[in-house]
Amino acid sequence: MNSVIFTAAARLLVALMFVFSLFMLLRGHHLPGGGFIGGLIGAVSFIVYSLACGPAEARKALRISPEVIAMLGLGIALLAGMFSFIVGYPLFTGQWLWVGGDSYETAAFSLNTVLVFDIGVYLVVLGGILSLTYAFEEET
Amino acid sequence: MADNSDPNAPWKTLSGLGTTALTALLFLYFLQFLAPVAAGEPVRFVWDWIPSLDISLSFYIDGLSLMFALLITGIGAMVMLYAAKYLAGHPHYDRFALYLFSFMLSMLGLVLADNLIALFVFWELTTFTSYLLIGYLHTDPKSRRNALQALLLTATGGLAMLAGFILIGITQGTFELSELNAAGSLADQPFYLGILILVLAGAFTKSAQVPFHFWLPNAMAAPTPVSAYLHSATMVKAGVYLLARMHPSLSGSDVWVWTLSIFGAVTAVFASFMALRQTDLKQTLAYTTLMALGTLTMFLAGSTGYAITAAMTFLLVHSLYKAGLFLMIGVVDHGTGTRDANVLGGLRGAMPITAAAAAAAGLAMAGIPPFLGFIAKEVAYAGALEMQLWLFVVPMSLIAFALMFAVAGIVAYKPFYGPQGELPHEPHEGPWPMLLGPVVLGVLGLLFGLMPGIAAYYLIEPAVAAVMGAPDVGGRVKLWAGFNLPLLLSLITFALGFLLYQRHMDLRERLARIEARAPDLDAGWDRLLAQFVLYTKAQTKRIQTGVLRQYMFATFSVFALTVLVTLITRDVGGVALQFTGLSFMEWGVAILIIAGTVLVVQTSSRIVALVALGVVGIGVALIFIMFSAPDVAITQLLVELLVVVLLALAFLKMPNLDPEGRQKHSLPNAVLAVAVGGLTTVVLLLVVDQPFDRRLTDFFEAASWTQAFGRNIVNVILVDFRTLDTFGEIAVVAVAALGAFALLKGFARARDAKEEDK
Repeated sequence: MNSVIFTAAARLLVALMFVFSLFMLLRGHHLPGGGFIGGLIGAVSFIVYSLACGPAEARKALRISPEVIAMLGLGIALLAGMFSFIVGYPLFTGQWLWVGGDSYETAAFSLNTVLVFDIGVYLVVLGGILSLTYAFEEET
Repeated sequence: MADNSDPNAPWKTLSGLGTTALTALLFLYFLQFLAPVAAGEPVRFVWDWIPSLDISLSFYIDGLSLMFALLITGIGAMVMLYAAKYLAGHPHYDRFALYLFSFMLSMLGLVLADNLIALFVFWELTTFTSYLLIGYLHTDPKSRRNALQALLLTATGGLAMLAGFILIGITQGTFELSELNAAGSLADQPFYLGILILVLAGAFTKSAQVPFHFWLPNAMAAPTPVSAYLHSATMVKAGVYLLARMHPSLSGSDVWVWTLSIFGAVTAVFASFMALRQTDLKQTLAYTTLMALGTLTMFLAGSTGYAITAAMTFLLVHSLYKAGLFLMIGVVDHGTGTRDANVLGGLRGAMPITAAAAAAAGLAMAGIPPFLGFIAKEVAYAGALEMQLWLFVVPMSLIAFALMFAVAGIVAYKPFYGPQGELPHEPHEGPWPMLLGPVVLGVLGLLFGLMPGIAAYYLIEPAVAAVMGAPDVGGRVKLWAGFNLPLLLSLITFALGFLLYQRHMDLRERLARIEARAPDLDAGWDRLLAQFVLYTKAQTKRIQTGVLRQYMFATFSVFALTVLVTLITRDVGGVALQFTGLSFMEWGVAILIIAGTVLVVQTSSRIVALVALGVVGIGVALIFIMFSAPDVAITQLLVELLVVVLLALAFLKMPNLDPEGRQKHSLPNAVLAVAVGGLTTVVLLLVVDQPFDRRLTDFFEAASWTQAFGRNIVNVILVDFRTLDTFGEIAVVAVAALGAFALLKGFARARDAKEEDK
């Protein structure tokens, strides 16, 4: 696509969209969003970039190949689920670590496997869709 | 002989010796059961396997299974030791050792299993492992073909047998053989005939009864140790074992007596003539195996003490001499380079030990006193005279045994004492691991004959008791039973057999002429298989057209039809469409969706159709927003967007829509589309008509914050309450993406390769 306006706008938009996708991922536990939606938005951001600058450039911007990202995500999700199993709960039970307190109300913030799992979902969706799109685009 | 260039050679030898030692240990383990089983105390082990289906892994050691277990492990150990020498230096010897050991274990499981389903599983395991063994020389196309033939034939029979077992399980309420056999004959039960036919189909294909016999001689494509093992105590005896095992349940009807007598007798006589006709000694032995299987089947038709004793004695004696003879043929082949009966002769000087072992096995086969074979033949005649169809069975046995006598001469006498022909190389004696088996087996045949009481007490009588389902009176197995009709028949057999041996060259020529005119079942099998392949190809071509539109048409037709039939048969009453009370915005979205749909159907441009479809999707997303489901709406919107992008990328590479093609298919397509849409609407309205069940909603609303510390219920369900589902879904996403990626890249690579070729 040889549109200067689109190409120029894309550089700005893509970064914003990508940050927005991370924002959607992180807010998902309480507000509309989550790993699936975040992954979709992240994928759209890179698709816009590849439409503007070509798949080769987009691949370079991603640094890691999308198939690897998808598999990495699947592995992270699995590990997040296995963690509870290792500490003695049924597989995929959410584990929470309260920092600066002993419950959700008193803690300053929490570390939990649920978010780790959601990050895995995000990466699978992002990588899966991008590996498809890039393959389509490169198929000339 | 070991190949020094192979760095793994010591390991391969070790794998062979290891499996041999394990098998020998198993043999010793089973020896301890001899005394309790002979005293009438069978042993049973049970583990739960699939309790919900009443299938347990239960093992039962009684006289019958113990005799088989000892033969399987005892002969197995000798064959494995033999193979270690016979196949030494073969590049895949380790594989062979694994196959043979797995086969041995499957066979052991088969004879020990007390549960019909477990028996079936082991049955099929022997089929698969024997497939690997028969096709071991896999570079030879004939070997592969024969292995496949054995697999298809016996596995098909096995499936029929499974159906029979399931019928038994359903009608009798148990899969346990010990319970079934204790309950007595099923002959007056419903489905008896069906059960019998299905089970016999399994037994007859496995034990190669005419007309399913042709796979067995072909299975000789395997290396000699495999033939020795499969065709003496194992594989082919599995069918006979099944008949014996289920004798108490399945016998007791005229159908049983007639079927087994006729199939068995025809197989026995046919096979003995065929054995005489062969010149390759291995083929000769293959047909004598068939003869033995026929004889065993024939005697299992009976239910009297002598008939069953005959079957069990003959089974024992045949396993011993047949394994010995096969192994002996291997030594001869190894030592001279040929197995041709016309060439071999005068080997007694060069191969004295082999000659002695062959003589012992041959005398047992011919049924000469004082070998156990003689006793087996005496008991067999006594049994035949007691049979319901004695008028048919006695002459058939006489012919078969006389021919066996002649064949024993060809196999065990002529190569060592007859005139010597042109041998490929100077004969030499085999190494000791290859001689141990034939010698031990030959000695056993003689010892059991001299001391029939021991064999009878520990092996034969417990087995007879197991088959008859009641303790046996015993005392039938003895070397000298006095002057009686069986002895007279034996003498006639010897005379007739000697005559046949004298004239066997002449007979062979005549048989060859008859064979040339007879229908060739083996070639028929190939034609059948070829026809089947043609049929499946035609069928695949018809069903798998490769046109996506046809697949979707079929899928949606089935969907519409099932929904329609359900709606009609369930008499769900009417539904009413309500258009009152719709807001302006709701009307607007509905019109948007309808307009998009009309455009999709009308346009002849793919891109326009795609965008119009996007409009429909965004309309649906708007509905989600109006009914306050923001998560679903966002997802819907993004997915619509990505679908449009992905399809647009794909469409760029596709030709424009063909207006004529669309016109041609439009009427049925339109009917189907309206039907699917209309029926879905009706079903949805019916669902909405029901009062809404709030239990799940209430639970998640209450638990989402207290248990999972999240306020977005949708996301909490996704990543906490139903994480396993989500994990499954993302796994699907990842695998689908990888699959599509591989397809696209694979096409690109194949095309590149093609272009390079040009």
